[in-house]
Amino acid sequence: MADIETHEYDVVVIGAGGAGLRAAIEASAMGARTALVCKSLLGKAHTVMAEGGIAAALGNVYSEDNWQVHFRDTMRGGKMLGNCRMAQIHAQEAPARVHELESWGALFDRTDDGRILQRAFGGHRYDRLAHVGDRTGLEMIRTLQQHAVHKGIDVHMECTISRLLKDGDRISGAVGYWRESGDYVAFKAKAVVLATGGTGKAFRINSNSWEYTGDGHSLAYWAGAELIDMEFIQFHPTGMVWPPSVRGILVTEGVRGDGGTLTNSEGKRFMFEYISDYFRAETAETEEEADRWYDDKLNNRRTPDLLPRDEVARAIVAEVKAGRGSPHGGVFLDIASRRPADYIKRALPSMYHQFKQLADVDITAAAMEVGPTMHYTMGGVRVEPDTGAATLPGLFAAGECAGGMHGANRLGGNSLSDLLVFGRRAGMGAAEYALGLGSQPALTDADVSAVTAEMDAAFSSDGDENPYTIQSDLQDAMHTLVGIIRTGSEIEEALGKIAELKERAERASVTGSKAYNPGWHLAMDLRSLLTVSEAIARSAAERTESRGGHTRDDYQETDPEWGKWNLSLSQNADGSMKLEKTPLLEIPADLAALIEEAG
Amino acid sequence: MSRADTSHLSTGTNRQVTLQVFRGDANGGEFVDYTVEMEEGQVVLDVVLTVQATQAGDLAVRWNCKAGKCGSCSAEVNGTPCLTCMTRMNTLDMSQPISVAPIKTFPLIKDLVTDVSFNYEGAKQIPAFAPRAPDADDGSYRMMQQDIERGQEFRKCIECFLCQDVCHVIRDHPENKPNFMGPRQFVRLAELEMHPLDTADRTEFIRKAGGIAYCNITKCCTEVCPESIHITDNAIIPLKERVADKYYDPFRWIFGKLTGRD
Repeated sequence: MADIETHEYDVVVIGAGGAGLRAAIEASAMGARTALVCKSLLGKAHTVMAEGGIAAALGNVYSEDNWQVHFRDTMRGGKMLGNCRMAQIHAQEAPARVHELESWGALFDRTDDGRILQRAFGGHRYDRLAHVGDRTGLEMIRTLQQHAVHKGIDVHMECTISRLLKDGDRISGAVGYWRESGDYVAFKAKAVVLATGGTGKAFRINSNSWEYTGDGHSLAYWAGAELIDMEFIQFHPTGMVWPPSVRGILVTEGVRGDGGTLTNSEGKRFMFEYISDYFRAETAETEEEADRWYDDKLNNRRTPDLLPRDEVARAIVAEVKAGRGSPHGGVFLDIASRRPADYIKRALPSMYHQFKQLADVDITAAAMEVGPTMHYTMGGVRVEPDTGAATLPGLFAAGECAGGMHGANRLGGNSLSDLLVFGRRAGMGAAEYALGLGSQPALTDADVSAVTAEMDAAFSSDGDENPYTIQSDLQDAMHTLVGIIRTGSEIEEALGKIAELKERAERASVTGSKAYNPGWHLAMDLRSLLTVSEAIARSAAERTESRGGHTRDDYQETDPEWGKWNLSLSQNADGSMKLEKTPLLEIPADLAALIEEAG
Repeated sequence: MSRADTSHLSTGTNRQVTLQVFRGDANGGEFVDYTVEMEEGQVVLDVVLTVQATQAGDLAVRWNCKAGKCGSCSAEVNGTPCLTCMTRMNTLDMSQPISVAPIKTFPLIKDLVTDVSFNYEGAKQIPAFAPRAPDADDGSYRMMQQDIERGQEFRKCIECFLCQDVCHVIRDHPENKPNFMGPRQFVRLAELEMHPLDTADRTEFIRKAGGIAYCNITKCCTEVCPESIHITDNAIIPLKERVADKYYDPFRWIFGKLTGRD
């Protein structure tokens, strides 16, 4: 390139959370010249906030557990819309990925006989989550980070990618900017792995880090790849609700896994009233059975407090709506009256600390107030299960920005395992592709200049729109109109607002210089925030049924016909969004049998 | 159940507060007053982000999780190094302007953002974890809980670098940086040295590259740690003892080898 800094690699991984780090480690190990590019400092990605654990059928607490049961739980938790091949690979490979982390230095909590301890979680039949107290994400990202820094991977921190570039129909690189200086940078790459996480910052109340602006989803879509399942958004049932400044911060499902229960203003364990037929056979009917289940999972059924997240979140909304909520519009999560204080502090140290410091609540003495918070994006880049390859040659995706694995709803604990299993697979897929490609695809000056001109735009704009206000307005629109309970008319209203906000975003202007300028950064992030918001709204409007993380008030039933289809999005030549129904991957008989057998 | 109820989105009890935020870069700068409305329960970072969203769009600040888990938002509030996401406004005297400055030990990039690459460079130099062979065919190990608890304490570190910020060896003497890695890296080194699976010996590294002798045990690092890691007592002092045993006390060195307490 004539005048901008340019690097050349075989594989460029965008995003340095669990999936990105794991992908880079694998690509590098296979001999590919590998770069890891991330928006924040290394080790700060959203993975660090994960609390509960990594789901893997190690069978350390219940030897009855195995990949087949994990597969079944995952498919049913996703309301049978998940990609069965991905769910199979995930369940089969997760145990090896956990052992691998241990061999890289992770220190998981132990069983009495010195093996990795596993904790109960929603939708999982047996105690399955390898964990470190309630800071498993930190353990995972630090282990991967510390392993990666010795592997010769070039890490480019605080570098934001704005566009992917192509040579013909294949990926040729990416263009972005350095946060510190504001200078532009180009990466020539034979293959790009997207590992950018989710879209939570499009919603008002969320548990996500500032980075979650749908970058990978948008980069893939703009470059011509397909997205699927974008209507499915997970609202985690337990976010903090009070005080206002902490609303949405995650309260781990581990609180319930370790004995906590949800109660309403009448002191009633209301989840017993919300057991759907779909999960009735595997859910406890009485409080006595539910309480016995904590110690004996073989002879008792799971407490309804640990139904999958979509079910619990809807129940909480209904309780609040019925006037049985907590003082600040949530419900109560009580572990104080059910477990000794020292147990709570040992198993849930971060939760103890978080409530004490941010809400003046001692969770060993009083119940927490909790309510749903936007937590996870099930939809994402359509990928080949075995390689993570997107529908565009040279493009790969893993982790939250990839779609398919979790179907209509993700089970808790299946995200960290997803990052490891498919991060590795995408890294492998990308390296194999890149090393098999003879020459470096070309990156032209004109293509690069077009991207840098686009990034310059906010500075030359004579508009008067504040990017922060636009994001805030988008968050309100998405939260109220495409939130946890949806109706067709409101989704249409949201699409109207998104169109208005797009126009306003064109007029976004920024002050100051390019050096470390968050306003400028946000002005650019608005493009991806608006793209994924439109994708979510359009898909939500199309799917006229309720399933998992997509609940339509005007179509409350789960429709078996819709269960045969994914919604797929791609960009038309004129820049508009093309929405298509594509058939779900058919479940082979042997896998289908697993689901029925154990049912 | 139609349109979502937004009544709970209303702001609670609001009041005005003034922040004095450092604005500037390596060429110099000054504190600038910003008066904003704040909500009940807010932390310093909330108010900084309000300033950014309403009055100073280009105000540079690092943050990610806003829940005390990522360690990005370290700053010095009224002169005290802290995580701004875990510092409640109501713990400060809000009748006076509250100053927010970047952490001092690292070179300033802009406003509240500093160049912390010193810490990343240090991490790269530390000899990697070197585990023994797995205990079982499936690649798993056996370790008892009591044997990993110390290591787990060290691994609570969120890399906020506040311990590095307050360490006198480098805060007041940047010229020591090439010879001293700072408390964060000693926590990491202690974790590796006490890891039940690790087989490497980093004593020489701790002494030479780590420069542990520079530490004079004032415990400032321990006091500031938001994760309450006992940095001085549990990490630095045991490492100092290892170095002393190996290099300065042949009798204890032989005793240690004979008893396995090395």
